[in-house]
Amino acid sequence: AARGCGGLWRRAWQRGAGGPAPRGQRAVACNARGGAVPAGKSGLAPWVPVVGLEIHAQISSNSKLFSGSQVQFAAPPNSLVSFFDASLPGTLPVLNRRCVEAAVMTGLALNCIINKKSLFDRKHYFYADLPAGYQITQQRVPIAVNGSLSYSLCIDNKMSQMVTKTVRIKQIQLEQDSGKSLHDDTRSQTLVDLNRAGVGLMEVVMEPDMCCGEEAAAAVRELQLVLQTLGSSQAVMAEGQLRVDANVSVHRPGEPYGVRTEVKNINSIRFLAKAVDYEIQRQIEELENGGIILNETRAFDSKLGCTVPMRDKEGKQDYRFMPEPNLPPLILYDAKSLPANMNHQQVVNIDWIHERLPDLPSVKRAKLVEQYGILPEHSFALLNEDGLTEFFENVVKQTQMKPKKVVGWILNYLLSYLKQHSLTVKESPVSSFLLADLLNLLEKKEISSTAAKQVLAELWKGEGKTPLEIVREKKLELIQDEKELEQICQAVIDGQENE
Amino acid sequence: AALKGALRLQVSAALKEGHVTPTELCQQCLSLIKSTKFLNAYVTVAEETALKQAEESEKRHRRGQPLGVLDGIPVAVKDNFNTAGIETTCASNMLKGYISPYNATVVQKLLDQGAVLLGKTNLDEFAMGSGSTDGIFGPVRNPWSYSRQYKGKSVPKSHSEDEESNWVITGGSSGGSAAAVSSFTCFAALGSDTGGSTRNPAAHCGVVGLKPTYGLISRHGLIPLVNSMDVPGILTRCVDDAAIVLGSLAGHDPKDSTTIQDNFKPFELPNLTDVSKLSIGIPKEYHAPGLSSEILALWSKAADLFKNAGAKVIEVSLPHTCYSIVCYHVLCTAEVASNMARFDGLEYGHRSDMNKSTESLYAATRREGFNDVVRGRILSGNFFLLKQNYENYFIKAQKVRRLIANDFVKVFRSGVDILLTPTTLSDAVPYMEFIKEDNRTRSAQDDILTQAANMAGLPAINVPTALSKRGLPVGLQFIGRSFQEKQLLTVAKWFEKQVKFPMIQLEEVKRHDRNVFQYQKSASFS
Repeated sequence: AARGCGGLWRRAWQRGAGGPAPRGQRAVACNARGGAVPAGKSGLAPWVPVVGLEIHAQISSNSKLFSGSQVQFAAPPNSLVSFFDASLPGTLPVLNRRCVEAAVMTGLALNCIINKKSLFDRKHYFYADLPAGYQITQQRVPIAVNGSLSYSLCIDNKMSQMVTKTVRIKQIQLEQDSGKSLHDDTRSQTLVDLNRAGVGLMEVVMEPDMCCGEEAAAAVRELQLVLQTLGSSQAVMAEGQLRVDANVSVHRPGEPYGVRTEVKNINSIRFLAKAVDYEIQRQIEELENGGIILNETRAFDSKLGCTVPMRDKEGKQDYRFMPEPNLPPLILYDAKSLPANMNHQQVVNIDWIHERLPDLPSVKRAKLVEQYGILPEHSFALLNEDGLTEFFENVVKQTQMKPKKVVGWILNYLLSYLKQHSLTVKESPVSSFLLADLLNLLEKKEISSTAAKQVLAELWKGEGKTPLEIVREKKLELIQDEKELEQICQAVIDGQENE
Repeated sequence: AALKGALRLQVSAALKEGHVTPTELCQQCLSLIKSTKFLNAYVTVAEETALKQAEESEKRHRRGQPLGVLDGIPVAVKDNFNTAGIETTCASNMLKGYISPYNATVVQKLLDQGAVLLGKTNLDEFAMGSGSTDGIFGPVRNPWSYSRQYKGKSVPKSHSEDEESNWVITGGSSGGSAAAVSSFTCFAALGSDTGGSTRNPAAHCGVVGLKPTYGLISRHGLIPLVNSMDVPGILTRCVDDAAIVLGSLAGHDPKDSTTIQDNFKPFELPNLTDVSKLSIGIPKEYHAPGLSSEILALWSKAADLFKNAGAKVIEVSLPHTCYSIVCYHVLCTAEVASNMARFDGLEYGHRSDMNKSTESLYAATRREGFNDVVRGRILSGNFFLLKQNYENYFIKAQKVRRLIANDFVKVFRSGVDILLTPTTLSDAVPYMEFIKEDNRTRSAQDDILTQAANMAGLPAINVPTALSKRGLPVGLQFIGRSFQEKQLLTVAKWFEKQVKFPMIQLEEVKRHDRNVFQYQKSASFS
């Protein structure tokens, strides 16, 4: 696998989004081309940032990883808590097959080796929202290892210049989510909601193959699309179904990796890019000012746009890992190893899951490019919005206009309308049918493209009129009768002459 | 009027034929519990629910539709099994007053088959101990302390002093269950067995104590000590009864992933007439330091018994036995440290008033809730699990455990059917004697002959064999192959028949109900 982008950062390199105000406008963009940047004016060797990610994806399943309680976002507090979830004495974990299948599916989609035998471990720490005093996870032998994920990003924010990169996936492990603690500072009390306690998580560990916020963001976005395509996680960051922690360090070229910090509390992809870039910049400044980087956990403050050390009174925790004695090793089968006498409801067959994997985003994009002759960057744009590809394909089916042109209309006009009004594709007042209708008028040269845009603006109001009705109402038809045109032209000329 | 009977041979038939009703039986047990209260065998007596259950059972019997052999049979359950609606304490301040919302699978199975649950029995706190002396409800007294057999032989002192200083311990940690069965207050009791906690008190109280194969009986609802070794144990007055209870409890439980998938078929024990095809192994390592000469003699007498009956009796070696206790100590404390982490005072159980911070609440709750033994094990367990110690202790102990288990595999592979060993090093010691040593020393000594079977997950049973010179019970242990309970119990039954262990002669039982004696011999299985 490709080892990072080798992008080099310099303090003085001023391009890109810009950092938070207190630190001056000095945050730097990534050199996505992958080439080395010559030493800066200062003559100092540039810095190499290294970014790795730990991503927790909540598994989309009806019930929790080890208990029968339901999984649901925003249910009334403590309404989805089984005896096991509350760690009542004497309760035992029972592994949810659906969660295993989701992890296998995800592992296969990320080109991992699926371990036919994986193990569960207990990770101990005391916390109010961890009722058992330990989390069941897969520390020794996780369910999937050694994968990779390819993702693309554009250079210098230009859609036309895309590069594809690969990040190695170290492992995917199954583990329990914790509950939620709500701190009431005024009454100095902590309220605990255990609805989330025990929900299945896949922890995806990405190797430190990235070098800037933009890359990290692009990798996570691609992972998100993969998970959503598979249905193994809904992966909505705002609902906490996808949580990203970034490990960031910087070092001089040729030198060993620097001390890394872990940045937490990142709750959108946009903030991920910001947080990583901020942290890189902070570390560079710290080091250039003769400071040192502490191996610490920092939280991203989205309001201030910076990272701050997290209070960690306990210091370094020793998690006292121990094999989970109540769960036998998780054994997976393939077509070859599947025992004949085994109840098929009781086993997970890797090959069976492999055969049923849906087209992954990369494949879908390639197919779009090939089938419709659209530009690769347009295929990215289509897949980036939930439902947009289907919308596009529906329009194409219903119109004579070339897909290449259709995609332009969708991305330039429809999508920007939706974005302006913060609507999803499904919520669009202009259906694929209406848009196809409109584009057909344009294609048949019954209206001009300027008029089409006017009609689209009318359609947006959602008054239930068809494009043709609007065209007629507003008299936007192109005049195709030569005589009529001649008459109009003559009239104009005559008018001129009279003056 | 059949209190002293065995389930299969007497009581069940008496119930079926209407000689005695479930309510009568239950009432008799309840009043006997009251008159033997000084034994401290029960932590909670569920009189009301028990009588209700008996009433239901009576209706079924009257309709001629009992749910099975156990219908109407009074049973007791160790207080580390969850029982819905009845307090489950583990004899710890941590769970004092805790009422579980669910039944352990084994408890549910007993109830589903019509058994009458009399109450919860005493134990060492969280089953950590070998004397049933270290729980918040105080020590359990061995019923044999009050038997004519023991009293007749103990050094005569002044009467009151005699009672107060000479009473002997039950062994543990399922001492309450063993005492309950031994004193006729119930017909069968559940214990738990992690290192010998069922077999040890069974030996000291002169009852049958069965530790089934790991995975044969569900642990769901058993408050764990060491998950990888815990097994619900069965205490009864005869081997046949143990087989009946086993049959009613064994089998896959979807709530316990470590139970076997295969269906379990309950079995009846044949009367073995020919033991000549049997190969009995005598593991020489069980001739352990501290083994009393009396028990040694009994052990070889038992071996001769088999030999004389035509069985092949051979000395075998389980070479890693001597490492078992140290290994057990590491694995046990590590799991204890982990299992006890949930008792933080937040969701259930004791919660300290200390509320300066969450951490101080945890610390105070756990200090107030656990006794020294539990806290000591938590501390050592956490020490063994520390990153810097894990390889040296936990991993090594796991490897030794494998060696110990392999010892048994090799011996059984060599053609040995059953191993015969002592269960304990000596007969029960007086309480005053017992508490001179700390819990850790005691546990290490007392588990020495029993806990290797837990390491290997094998079925093992204590069969009461004879009375010691002091008039106290001594038992021997049979260890069988994995999931070969039928063979193990069949041999145990044969042995039981040969040794004719004497019945306890308890003044309290006699005083309580003369009918008991009158009827118990006449009631027989039709």
